[in-house]
Amino acid sequence: MSKRPEHQAPPEIFYNEDEARKYTQNTRIIDIQAQMTERCLELLLLPEDTSCLLLDIGCGSGLSGAVLEESGHMWIGMDIAPAMLEVALEREAEGDLVLSDMGEGVPFRAGSFDGAVSVSAIQWLFNADKKSHKPVKRIYNFFSTLYAALSRSARAVFQFYPENESQLELLTSQAMKAGFYGGVVVDYPNSAKAKKFFLVLMTGGAAPLPQALGTEESDSLQVKYAKREASKNARGKPLKNSRAWIIEKKERRRKQGKETKPDTKFTGRKRAGRF
Amino acid sequence: MKLITHNMLTSKCLKGVLQGYPLAINATDVKITEVDFNPEFVSRIIPKLDWNVLWGAADSLGHSEGLPKTVEPKYEDQEFLKKAHHVLLEVEIEEGTLTCPESGRQFPISKGIPNMLLTEAEVQ
Repeated sequence: MSKRPEHQAPPEIFYNEDEARKYTQNTRIIDIQAQMTERCLELLLLPEDTSCLLLDIGCGSGLSGAVLEESGHMWIGMDIAPAMLEVALEREAEGDLVLSDMGEGVPFRAGSFDGAVSVSAIQWLFNADKKSHKPVKRIYNFFSTLYAALSRSARAVFQFYPENESQLELLTSQAMKAGFYGGVVVDYPNSAKAKKFFLVLMTGGAAPLPQALGTEESDSLQVKYAKREASKNARGKPLKNSRAWIIEKKERRRKQGKETKPDTKFTGRKRAGRF
Repeated sequence: MKLITHNMLTSKCLKGVLQGYPLAINATDVKITEVDFNPEFVSRIIPKLDWNVLWGAADSLGHSEGLPKTVEPKYEDQEFLKKAHHVLLEVEIEEGTLTCPESGRQFPISKGIPNMLLTEAEVQ
């Protein structure tokens, strides 16, 4: 059976008390959620030093909300899982909570929010958990009501886990249909683990998409490959454990967004004999 | 549920409901929680609010004392902002119901969380 939570049960059932408890105790989950919310906030491009009213879609236990609070923003969260909202109450989240299904629409007045964030939630929209659910219709309904609830020039950033290309395409096409501009930003595209998808949607006019992390050298990628090919033909792969081999390996890790020590004159040097 | 949320919340997701605003409040339990006063946030949010709805909501909960019925164009006055802050962020409805003005559908509020989930037949 697949490991993806979306394939196991509807969200309001999957996120039961046991699952919700993980979100208060598991420090790894807490860290990841916080990191992704910070990145979402960065992509939101809110005016500096002003506290805004944000919508947190799929707020769950309020982990993402805690990051929003730290940045001085007020938030209103919506989620479908009562057990998760209960945990948010226990954590004494400062934001306000609403029990609501995003596929049914965003139940807020026009122009209410300065921005919207969502961490690992919208992939649930691809499911048809009830007989009456039509995913495409639910996605469109969600985006069009969200568009209305945002103020002009506001942004919405969703971190999510798409299963395949066609999901990405469906999501962006429905968002465009609802009136949004934008697209998907992929952080660390060369890494299997650190790779993260962010759907960045803008309401006010087309603006360039933000730069993804870990892709700074993407322009020269072609040149680099050419260079590498040439050197491969000339000398073959660098000798294992040699300095060149270590530097190449570190470069690869850096591209994957993993923590890597800088290259120095000590890199790949043998220790003195008496050690 | 804070009154700032009530001021934004609608029932327009219901089939056949156009505005769904404002939702009528029937509160059985109201709680006051202390929230840090942020005058800048409050003055930024005031133009976005439907002030009449806020005043009506505060009045129905018995917290409208000292709150003007209309917003003066100049609302930098600290006293006024403090009062608005109190009503918007500190007054919370713990238990009660919200009623859709058009369809009469009731949404229960329990432990301060309004339940806006719809049944299959009510979805647009």
